[in-house]
Amino acid sequence: MAPPIHRRPGYSRKAQYSLFATYVLAIAGTVFAALLLLISIADPTGFAALRTSASEITAPVSRFFDSVRRTSIDMGDNLSAYFDAASKNKAMAQQAARNRTKLIEADAVRLENRRLRSLLDLVESEEANKVAIGRLISSTASSSRRIATLSIGSNQGVAPGQPVRGPNGLIGRIIEAGPNTAKVLLISDAENVIPVLRLPDGLPALASGMGNGLVMIRPVDLGVNPFKKGDIISTSGNGGLYPPNVPYARVIRRTSDGAMAMPLAPPGNSPYVIVMRPYQEPAKVALDKAVAESPAAGGE
Amino acid sequence: MKNQLLATGRKMLGPGREYESRIERHQSPLKMLLIPIFSVMAGSMITALPLFTDSPLLPPMGYMMLLAWRLMRPGIWPAWVGLPFGLFDDLYSGQPFGSAALIWSLTMLVIEIVDSRAIWRDHVQDWILAAVAIMLSILGGVALSSLAHRAPDVTVVFPQIVISILIFPLVVRLCARFDNWRLAA
Repeated sequence: MAPPIHRRPGYSRKAQYSLFATYVLAIAGTVFAALLLLISIADPTGFAALRTSASEITAPVSRFFDSVRRTSIDMGDNLSAYFDAASKNKAMAQQAARNRTKLIEADAVRLENRRLRSLLDLVESEEANKVAIGRLISSTASSSRRIATLSIGSNQGVAPGQPVRGPNGLIGRIIEAGPNTAKVLLISDAENVIPVLRLPDGLPALASGMGNGLVMIRPVDLGVNPFKKGDIISTSGNGGLYPPNVPYARVIRRTSDGAMAMPLAPPGNSPYVIVMRPYQEPAKVALDKAVAESPAAGGE
Repeated sequence: MKNQLLATGRKMLGPGREYESRIERHQSPLKMLLIPIFSVMAGSMITALPLFTDSPLLPPMGYMMLLAWRLMRPGIWPAWVGLPFGLFDDLYSGQPFGSAALIWSLTMLVIEIVDSRAIWRDHVQDWILAAVAIMLSILGGVALSSLAHRAPDVTVVFPQIVISILIFPLVVRLCARFDNWRLAA
């Protein structure tokens, strides 16, 4: 293809000036974009209102395609359940028998736990910590940030800072809330640092996302690396945001200074997610206030 | 060039209007104007679909549509068009607000410069240009987002870059289809 013929628009002064004006505008636009970027770097939540209203607009489309997707997944599962049904049934019956004893033991432990907690005036009910139940309807699949859109928002009581979990484990926390949608920072995002512990020995560690679906676990005790493949990691409740004992991830590989783990609750396959109140909210509020008042605080 | 006559005895029209009605049918100017704009916006809004990926894998469809239109039909948009399209993409991408606006504006300016130097252009050359642009824009997106937030290791976007470069010709084909539809009388 030959180069475009309109590059130099003849001898008309008007046409030449208007072409020149588009270049001036383009450069001005670039500078304007750079300024906007600086503002949003200084204050990452600054344009939250614009973003949430944008996702409010596309939410009906997302909800529709999400239900289509879920229906087709369910159909696939139902179909595949017919194959190997007999052998699978036998294996599951054996497993159920094994689990029954463990369940009874767990019930006894739970009862004892509740009794001890009531002695310490630490009674808290699961129900009271639940804010709302929703579904993840889309995610930022093209950006290096891992953020998902939740189908419920501030009309249902969702507010920034609340932890989110699915039936299998921790999903993330709310960072922006619109009227009917909210943005969830997934645990696989590099910014999401979570205090965790290893089950069952309670070894404390810090976890953060790696941006590729895995999370990095680093023990608080540097120098020792006690992790091994298959270890189960759960939240510890330190810091007052995420509640303790929410399943988090399973270790898949040891690294030089910790371990890489696979989250137990993949955001795409969770049938629903539960938005919870921050664990120990008063403590968190007091901490945030103290951090904001300290002279060294320079934003996030 | 201006007064070149076609075989039908009509005068050659400007770029993008070569296919103007020669029989008693008329093109819709609204269609000519809006189809490219909406296709880029739809590309940006593709993140509204319920796609969940472990790592960023989905190609930046809005950016690729913009590149495809710009390379296929030079002069379809003025050079400043990267700003409004980029701002719209920032609403949906999850990147810090303004990052796509900056990258897309710079892209439009750079393509403008390349266009003024290039003597001849063909599909392969466009593809190479787009490949470089896609690679730099994705890497730049990670860099800009790392200024505002803790960013993951840069290797997580390498598969996305490869996928995006490989499907760019498909996006050009899609744009060409849209272009036929847009200019049909």
